[in-house]
Amino acid sequence: ISSPIGGAELLFDGVKKHQVTLPSQEEPWDIRNLLLWIKKNLLKERPELFIQGDSVRPGILVLINDADWELQGELDYQLQDQDNILFISTLHGG
Amino acid sequence: MAASEEVLALQAEVALREEELRLLRQRLEVAKAEPFSRHAREPAPLPPKAALSREEILRYSRQLVLPELGVRGQLRLAASSVLVVGCGGLGCPLAQYLAAAGVGRLGLVDHDVVELSNLHRQVLHGEARAGQAKAHSAAAAIGRLNSAVQCVPYAEALTPSSALDLVRGYDVVADCSDNVPTRYLVSDACVLAGRPLVSASALRLEGQLTVYHYEGGPCYRCVFPTPPPAETVTSCADGGVLGVVPGVLGCLQALEVIKIAAGLGPSYSSRLLLFDALGGQFRCIRLLGRRSDCVVCGDQPTVTRLQDYEAFCGSSATDKCRSLQLLSQEERVSAAHYKQVLDAGEPHLLLDVRPQVEVDICCLPHALHIPLSRLERRDPESVELLGDAIRKGKQTIQKGTLFPIYVICKLGNDSQKAVKVLQSLSIKELDSLLARDIVGGLMAWATKVDPTFPQY
Repeated sequence: ISSPIGGAELLFDGVKKHQVTLPSQEEPWDIRNLLLWIKKNLLKERPELFIQGDSVRPGILVLINDADWELQGELDYQLQDQDNILFISTLHGG
Repeated sequence: MAASEEVLALQAEVALREEELRLLRQRLEVAKAEPFSRHAREPAPLPPKAALSREEILRYSRQLVLPELGVRGQLRLAASSVLVVGCGGLGCPLAQYLAAAGVGRLGLVDHDVVELSNLHRQVLHGEARAGQAKAHSAAAAIGRLNSAVQCVPYAEALTPSSALDLVRGYDVVADCSDNVPTRYLVSDACVLAGRPLVSASALRLEGQLTVYHYEGGPCYRCVFPTPPPAETVTSCADGGVLGVVPGVLGCLQALEVIKIAAGLGPSYSSRLLLFDALGGQFRCIRLLGRRSDCVVCGDQPTVTRLQDYEAFCGSSATDKCRSLQLLSQEERVSAAHYKQVLDAGEPHLLLDVRPQVEVDICCLPHALHIPLSRLERRDPESVELLGDAIRKGKQTIQKGTLFPIYVICKLGNDSQKAVKVLQSLSIKELDSLLARDIVGGLMAWATKVDPTFPQY
């Protein structure tokens, strides 16, 4: 399974896109597991800026293949091969 | 014949202007008499416009010939009013294009004054305007561009007590603000007043744009029911912004406002446009529709009047940097105190914890530079560098006395975090160490000690 991740790059050492191959496991990968995996493997510092509880913090939109994740089961969505998961941190400056 | 018609038209125009002047003088008198009465300051609704004058036809001819807009769209523009919340990096280009396009009235809200560090992106304000209210500066610039546009400057912050009346006085609202509480305030006011909201934001090299509460579409709260934790929000003052980025977003925002006002309909209702200036990419994301359980625009709203948005968001309605208080008074010294330490030649270490890009702008040359982010993740190379510097420093002082280390950053927030990190590091060099930070950082150094030191 591979899933490029974009946005919120400052938390990830400035890298915007991550092409990741998730290790195979018995249970199918869902977003909940993916967030835990990201926290463990990709987040370099201050995970609280990205994750709150078992979900993303308020102010971050999650898009699965360019559509809001709420349309697709949020944390329970089961990842498919070549899925594109986008995390967007809202901006407030002007 | 043609000449006499022109005379008649001009006479009519003069009469119209004289009437306008008379009304303006009347409003001025009322405003002077009742400076705190909001209603006295609300201009009367714009009357529908029946026809374009010869001058207007010439002026707007290049867009009049567009079948999508045409005379009908132009007349609608002229009869519409737009409230611009924030006359900064987004609001300047937005107001400029709306005025140029012939919008009837612009309300310009901004509580701030023009500063030199604004000019790279806030293109309506000039050097001569520094220190003036942005709302008045923008109104003056708009007046020079298109004198037919009525400009109403509001040199004050949008507040829960003023927002609803203000929003009700306009047809479309543009959120060009720079902070989270104002964004929730503007959105709630638009829902309660039933006005469409065109919202844009920009930071660093990125921008975002959405239309809220347009014909059954989602409001800001539908998309962001919970405000982000205050410490995760970055302002332009903190994170920086390339001037042209809000320029691009402000122009796109003006385009959406024009399409709504002219009756063409917006493109970004229920959609979010993402602009990546570095990658040169636009990307459009489908958002959810209106939430039936939204607390403001849902089926059973619980927010039926404006609330305290600073409390709701846990942050203040400004983009100025916050001042953290992480250390006790004994752990902090003033910039003036540090000057005395330097002048007395007392042995110590000065640690500058700003990012490299800011050190490139200016620095105190004798400082050791280790960015806070490296200290926070206990980067081994940095810890070793720090250990070496402290070991060397300790050789210059008497055994048994504490070795002073002063931590400095731009404004005195990161330096406090760095002192906390130093206190938690367990390396042997850090024994018998007295770590303190410099209140107000290098900007305090520039204002209180060395006026030749650059401010940024």
